[in-house]
Amino acid sequence: MSQQFAGDPHDPRYRSAPPEQREFTTISGEPVRQTYTPADLAAIGFDYARDLNDPGHFPFTRGVHETMYRGKLWTMRMFAGFGSAEETNARFRYLLEHGETGLSIAFDLPTLYGRDTDDPLAAGEFGKCGVAVASLADMEILLEGIPLDEVTTSMTINGPAAAIWAMYIAAAERRGIPRAQLRGTLQNDILKEFTAQNEYIFPPAPSMRLVTDTIEFATREMPLWNSISISGYHIREAGSTATEELAFTLADGIAYVEAALERGLDIDAFAPRLSFFFNCHNDFFEEIAKFRAARRIWARLMRDRFGAKSERSCWMRFHTQTAGCSLTAQEPENNIIRTTIQALAGVLGGTQSLHTNSLDEALALPSDWAVRIALRTQQIIAYESGVTNAVDPLAGSYMVETLTHEMEQRVLAIFAEIEALGGVIPAIEQGYFQRRIADSAYAYEQALSDQRKIVVGVNAFRSDEEPHIPFLNMDPKGEERQLERLRRVRAERDPHAWALALERLERVTAARENVMPALIDAVNAYATLGEITNTMRAVLGEHRALVVV
Amino acid sequence: MLNTVEPNAEVPPRVGPIRVLIAKPGLDGHDRGAKVMARALRDAGMEVIYTGLFQTPEMIARAALDEDVDVIGLSILSGAHRALFPRIFQELRAAGLDDVLVVAGGTIPDEDVAALKEIGVAAVFGPGTPIETAVRFIRENAPNRSTV
Repeated sequence: MSQQFAGDPHDPRYRSAPPEQREFTTISGEPVRQTYTPADLAAIGFDYARDLNDPGHFPFTRGVHETMYRGKLWTMRMFAGFGSAEETNARFRYLLEHGETGLSIAFDLPTLYGRDTDDPLAAGEFGKCGVAVASLADMEILLEGIPLDEVTTSMTINGPAAAIWAMYIAAAERRGIPRAQLRGTLQNDILKEFTAQNEYIFPPAPSMRLVTDTIEFATREMPLWNSISISGYHIREAGSTATEELAFTLADGIAYVEAALERGLDIDAFAPRLSFFFNCHNDFFEEIAKFRAARRIWARLMRDRFGAKSERSCWMRFHTQTAGCSLTAQEPENNIIRTTIQALAGVLGGTQSLHTNSLDEALALPSDWAVRIALRTQQIIAYESGVTNAVDPLAGSYMVETLTHEMEQRVLAIFAEIEALGGVIPAIEQGYFQRRIADSAYAYEQALSDQRKIVVGVNAFRSDEEPHIPFLNMDPKGEERQLERLRRVRAERDPHAWALALERLERVTAARENVMPALIDAVNAYATLGEITNTMRAVLGEHRALVVV
Repeated sequence: MLNTVEPNAEVPPRVGPIRVLIAKPGLDGHDRGAKVMARALRDAGMEVIYTGLFQTPEMIARAALDEDVDVIGLSILSGAHRALFPRIFQELRAAGLDDVLVVAGGTIPDEDVAALKEIGVAAVFGPGTPIETAVRFIRENAPNRSTV
């Protein structure tokens, strides 16, 4: 089949091959039929009240709110961070001035691994993939002048999530904003780190305990905060299909719910603050079906399996990011079009919040210019396209409802496989997720190699023109400024308070008490992220990954 | 352009398959490309050793020596290549591995490629490089270290 199209897609055979000889599949490789009719809905036993219902009503397939974007647009939340806290603070202000409606902090790799900027393993990594935050002093500068009582902040941090959250809480409280008023989201999803993104520190079991600590702390003290953002984004970026992204994410969600229930929390006390985060790739209808299926499956799980009584517990609220892995270094301007298609699918899929990638991200950290175009893309969809006027306009489409149903069925089949392996953590330990993701990534590369799948400008329709786009220039003094601040923090803090705080942290970590209060004390005593992580690592151990190729 | 190695008539024909170490230096956890390349090279008949993540320059040189590889493929997407690659080459030289073919892949901007080639990287395969381009380059340029 693939041989039919090997070669130059300009070849007239490519366009004139008879349909019966061509493969019509989604980007994930799922077959798509020529025409969908009422017979397809009859075949899946489609029942409006049971499978869809009106927006804002169980199982929320059509959206968690009755009025959706008529009542409130999605939050335009651009993931941002590079260099030192000063530079990223300036980028936040730039984005807010241009109409962004929520913050999203990207941390650099040393921070993501709980290491200070001057850690030997951090060499060369400062500020490259995000902003360096090694102590409360960095966090305070990062948030300076940002109205933390008005804006919501999302933080992409997992291994050291509890410590970074403690810094955010401490920085806000020093400005007189009580923690109970803070609104935002901690990504805090360690399970997908073991399966896809690899930013883990501690082994799975103690990591789950820390996640549960944060869920418990949010439930008690921070009722407006989303304690976790259960994420498929990174699973997809690592190469999974759309179905695997959804199935693995929801399976992780089940694991977090079970851990919180084991801790003795009431489902309806914590479940409303669970949030989700998905990727949105190029295959328009597959993605929309994924989002609609996601809401339906989660609502049913919460009510039927976990006995949730509150409607809010059954709401799947999610953030969407357009697919970084879909961006091309070749003809980067084309990425604007890809991102537009993906963002539109996210909106038609009913997202609560959206990040649109910048056109230059296959090449570099995004420039102000590129980020502004990405933000404008959302604004054009929101204010010019008219798609926000009616809620879930695709409901009832023979195709969309069939794809949604098929997505749901495949996800449930994967749940059964995971359960047969003993659940998420045993499946991680057996390499199940890692192997499936690697298989799907390789299958996609092979599809590109023999042109069963086309990426314009990459394996078809290539041009030799060099890209002409401006790149971000980072402040060359940023790293020295950061290292100097770190030295000053260590020199000027009260050594007695610092030592006491770390001792207490060690004690509560070992005693399996909730670590959050001790972490807030430790960051207030200017213990650095590296010191905190080392203290906890000495008690909890370090994860050694199974290498799965 | 890709560097090419002149065929040497003195060298006896290869015994056994080309041995490749795929290594992930630094703190960068993006291993999709490394794993895809490891499989593609294996499917092309080579013997592939994948280091896993978080490799220091010392660990990479050590693994190359222990595994007696002909080729090292460095995969990096964090942007730390300018800092880490010179240290990797230092360690390789110290281990007497001057003749190993070193190639790199990942998000490496064009303006950095010349500097990396100067320190000894034979080829840089950026985003969107067809797999077969990298496989072919390795097959055609791997030194014949594993003669018996």
